[in-house]
Amino acid sequence: MTLLGWFQISFFFMMIVVLTKPLGLYLYHVYQKPPQIKFFRRFEILIFQICGLQKQEQDWKDYVFALILFNIIGIGVVFLIEMMQNFLPLNPQNLPTVPWDLALNTAVSFVTHTNWQAYSGETTLSYFTQMAGLTWQNFSAAATGMAAFLALARGLTHRMNQDIERTIGNFWVDLIRSILYVFLPGSFILALIYVSQGVIQNFSPALDITTLEGAKQTLAMGPVASQEAIKILGTNGGGFFNANSSHPFENPTPLTNFLQMLSLILIPAALTYTYGKMARNSRHGWSLFSAMFMVAITGAVCLYYFESQPNPLLQNLPLLQDLGNLEGKEVRFGIAGSSLFGHLATITSGGPSNSMYDSFSPLGGMVLLINMLLGEVVFGGVGVGMFGMLMFVLISVFIAGLMVGRTPEYLGKKIEGKEVRFAILYVALYPLLILLGTSWSILSSYGLSSLQNAGPHGLTEILYAYTSATQNNGSAFAGLNANTLWYNLTLAIAMFIGRFLPICLGLAIAGSMVNKKIALPSAGTFPAQGMLFVGLLMAVILIIGALTFFPVLTLGPFIENIYLLQGKTF
Amino acid sequence: MVSTSLYLRFHFNNRIVQEAILLTLKRLSPLYLRKNPVMFVVFIGSVLTTLIFLRDLIYSPFFHDPLWFTASISFWLWFTLLFANASESIAEGKGKAHASSLKALAEEIIAHRILENGEEESVLASELRRNDIVRVLTGEYIPSDGEILEGIAAVDESAITGESAPVIRESDSDRSSVTAGTRVLSNSLRIRIISNPGESFLDRMIHLVQAAKRQKTPNEIALQILLVGLTLIFLIVCTTLIPFGLYSDSKITLTVIVSLLICLIPTTIGGLVSAIGISGIERALRKNILAMSGKAVETAGDVDVLLLDKTGTITLGNRMPVDLIPFEGVDIKELAKAAQISSFADRTPEGKSITEFIQKNYGNFISEKEFVSFTFIPFSAETRMSGCEKPSLSIHKGSCDAIQNFIEKKGGKIPDHFSKITEEIGLKGGTPLAVALNDKILGIIHLKDIIKPGVRERFQRLRAMGVRTVMITGDNPFTAQTIAEEVGVDTFLAEATPEKKLNLIKEEQAKGYIVAMTGDGTNDAPALAQADLGIAMNSGTQAAKEAANMVDLDSNPTKILEVIEIGKQLLMTRGCLTTFSIANDVAKYFAIIPAIFLLTLPELASLNIMHLASPYSAVLSAVIFNALIIVALIPIALKGVKYRPLGANSLFLRSLLIYGVGGILAPFIGIKLIDMSLVHMGLV
Repeated sequence: MTLLGWFQISFFFMMIVVLTKPLGLYLYHVYQKPPQIKFFRRFEILIFQICGLQKQEQDWKDYVFALILFNIIGIGVVFLIEMMQNFLPLNPQNLPTVPWDLALNTAVSFVTHTNWQAYSGETTLSYFTQMAGLTWQNFSAAATGMAAFLALARGLTHRMNQDIERTIGNFWVDLIRSILYVFLPGSFILALIYVSQGVIQNFSPALDITTLEGAKQTLAMGPVASQEAIKILGTNGGGFFNANSSHPFENPTPLTNFLQMLSLILIPAALTYTYGKMARNSRHGWSLFSAMFMVAITGAVCLYYFESQPNPLLQNLPLLQDLGNLEGKEVRFGIAGSSLFGHLATITSGGPSNSMYDSFSPLGGMVLLINMLLGEVVFGGVGVGMFGMLMFVLISVFIAGLMVGRTPEYLGKKIEGKEVRFAILYVALYPLLILLGTSWSILSSYGLSSLQNAGPHGLTEILYAYTSATQNNGSAFAGLNANTLWYNLTLAIAMFIGRFLPICLGLAIAGSMVNKKIALPSAGTFPAQGMLFVGLLMAVILIIGALTFFPVLTLGPFIENIYLLQGKTF
Repeated sequence: MVSTSLYLRFHFNNRIVQEAILLTLKRLSPLYLRKNPVMFVVFIGSVLTTLIFLRDLIYSPFFHDPLWFTASISFWLWFTLLFANASESIAEGKGKAHASSLKALAEEIIAHRILENGEEESVLASELRRNDIVRVLTGEYIPSDGEILEGIAAVDESAITGESAPVIRESDSDRSSVTAGTRVLSNSLRIRIISNPGESFLDRMIHLVQAAKRQKTPNEIALQILLVGLTLIFLIVCTTLIPFGLYSDSKITLTVIVSLLICLIPTTIGGLVSAIGISGIERALRKNILAMSGKAVETAGDVDVLLLDKTGTITLGNRMPVDLIPFEGVDIKELAKAAQISSFADRTPEGKSITEFIQKNYGNFISEKEFVSFTFIPFSAETRMSGCEKPSLSIHKGSCDAIQNFIEKKGGKIPDHFSKITEEIGLKGGTPLAVALNDKILGIIHLKDIIKPGVRERFQRLRAMGVRTVMITGDNPFTAQTIAEEVGVDTFLAEATPEKKLNLIKEEQAKGYIVAMTGDGTNDAPALAQADLGIAMNSGTQAAKEAANMVDLDSNPTKILEVIEIGKQLLMTRGCLTTFSIANDVAKYFAIIPAIFLLTLPELASLNIMHLASPYSAVLSAVIFNALIIVALIPIALKGVKYRPLGANSLFLRSLLIYGVGGILAPFIGIKLIDMSLVHMGLV
């Protein structure tokens, strides 16, 4: 651990605090009253005219239907592009069609906001597939997440005034505004900065170069910057190249590294403020922010600490290990820049990487795993992070409400059987998919055949894969060849269910809450703000996570760490 | 005061205990347990471990736990179930005993039913139907709940309320209800029976404390769903532990997996949740409150605004005269005499107290012979005056504006200081009554409200609980304000009419508040029905009782405070025990996980922070702790967590420290102690 490292981490977290309010305010205005920028306005109207869409409000079932239909069509389109890429333009490498199971896995992966990559971009996908298929899905999947959050937020915060019934909004409006006012302009600016730092953007075929040593090397080319910007800003995480953000053409300098980290977390953090504004209770928004922020900082400190420890297996070698565990990390980012990036990649559902997570120390890797296992709610992906957080909020205030002797309510609305049912199903769904998928894989020959490590590390690798897919994170632990029929299909199922079933559950809550009578808070009401609320929320998230995954984490990274200290490897 | 004798009578006795034991055993049936999914899982677990024990007994498979271990686990799992059932049966037994002792009073009474042809026949009280007419004579018991059609009587209600002083019940008033089992002390009554056998308020109440019949309240259902969700999560966790174990070369027996599962699922709250609900109702019943539904008790915990009638709730029913103020040129004796004579026919409490006041301070002015010549005008709500007349003379007494109008009509003069004096009295919170002789106003009687002792403290407590109080009074705003300030209510509704009251409730509800009120008269019925929580006085009319969702047998309006506390306690007990139950899981993991893997993964011994003696003892200790904690918490489930009016934050912090932090620590200590005693006894 170095002073500079700590400074880097603290400066980063300070920037989040500073930027949350202005961006949150901007987002609030985008959805409440879009800014009167003529160009965008005209464009928005044009899109609605061309598509023949109406802007009237939908009830929650119509909203969910539109959302899922849009995304299923998205899966179909990406799948077809992959299957036909050899007939399509912009394929200078003449890459062949993608095998169907990999194509399906990739299509589901990018539509579900997961960006799990069982392929190498530079050797599998044409530029057309990357741009028209994946980059477009990076935009629309992020916007879908925002839409889901907005619908839930409206359901929870809408105040029934003068008996005006409302619904949770219109999916198309939310989708198109998110792209038009948030992701497009943001990505445009970021892409220009990346290009200025050396990220490439071209259609040239791969270059064959003779290196200084005289060896032959192939340099992959492509339209990287345009995809890189939305990959990070939309917490998508699917890199143009296999090496993701550790590739110098994706993430060349410490400045781009810092910008990538910041733009990963900015929107999820800002949404806490947006939500506070929507709830007419900014303190509630800041309380949610604080809960996320504190869990995030704790994780970052632990991770930096674990990664700064020397590898005990290498202690007898004539190596200087003062810096810590540098295996699998880029020297230009260092321990702090790599572990902070890994932390952010897993707390948001982005999942890009600028180092090899498989090479993290067992406990460091466990922090990454825990970040995802907690439910991707601190801060989580764009939209869906807050979406999941609100589920935990509902469960927390349900118990807290009872403990102060009132039938529980949230923002003045009673939490009844229906809401509890959907919220707890939401929470139970992830362990079901993760533990079921993992345990099936470790029992079966087809699950174990593509695993490169035995013992607890192997367990961690498979657990990581299912966690990453189910939680729509998409980061990979490596060590597991996931491009097999079994993993392509089961992970696709995990991604699909892990994405859309929770959205259905959340929006069902939105539908049932939106027109509930509001009770004003009294001195006897448990306040949804302040230190106690923050503490309660953190405790509920951590305890539910810990109770659910204690056994499997014990058998995976925890015991691996003990073995490592004993010098035992697999 | 409140039914001490009665309470003793139905507190634990042998019959209740016997009945509870019987019920406990009967309810081990899966058909019954199905209703409580958490305990149903325990049932399946108990059956499974028992079957495993039998299998191991008959032939020993290659890989199995020692017989004694499987036997002990299945024994303790059955006990977990039994303890949970016992908590429910005890709560039910207490409630039922309380209710049936109230009921039994009436069953054997012989009633005189009046037939349509006017003849009377003697029938058993239990044969009476709704709308039957019965006659009850002096010294007889009222056979069934009813409404007085004719007559006025002193009734001894001590069997129900424990209050020995008889109360007056009369037809066509707000005190026209009579309750089964009470005794008529004087006169006779004609009563219309209001319910069929088995449908009375009391019968409904008995349903609420019967676990098999009662309906779960919305909040209880919501909690149940949460618990089922948690159970589902732990079911996934425990089932998948088998493959994870196999991957790590450790075989885990089903017995151990079942033990872990039962320890992790929220059995503590799951087993007690029914008892908590029933004892909430039972606690209300013990305070002589009949709740119409379990939901009513929950709603009580949510009350934000409380509407209280001034008279009878905040002040003693009757206002007392404190002063006579004659106008210029009037002798005080003259005023006293006029006041006394005019009050003679005024049978309102005020009238009586004026007569007494004057007799005490100024002597008696009433002579029998003078009286014969008077015609008395009784007090009526329309004229708001009473008095007496004889051809040459008229004396009137009444509210100031009524007398003023009356005198002005007659052409009389209003004294100079009239409005000044009346306003002054009003400002002091008193009520001025004017006394007039012919067309001249003699003076003013200053009546004052006597505030009930202890009312102020109650309002302070309500405020601390976050409940806003609104005083409802027919007084003018000045008087109302003074009293409001004096007793410390938050706001008041002056010059109230039933419509105004109803509108106030609707307004508060529109703002999103939960409103409670008490009432007794028929004209309170719409407001009682509109309020989220309406408590009718048992002495009140049938209409009021039907509209309310609770009936107070003691007819004591200030009891609403206790009702709110019972509601809060009920919800708090649920919340606290849920937290406790979940917090317990942490220690259980630390006991069981290292135990499971001790042989194959000895490295995990570092997790055995309690240093439990052996893997078997660790698992067994956790299971035993899990069963015993239910027993230990039965008293809390029955009595309810103590509520303190502290405000939400401090209340939460307190509960969190006790049940959250305590819930994490307690099992570490408990499991270690059980482990030590198992070792000590040489069992492991």
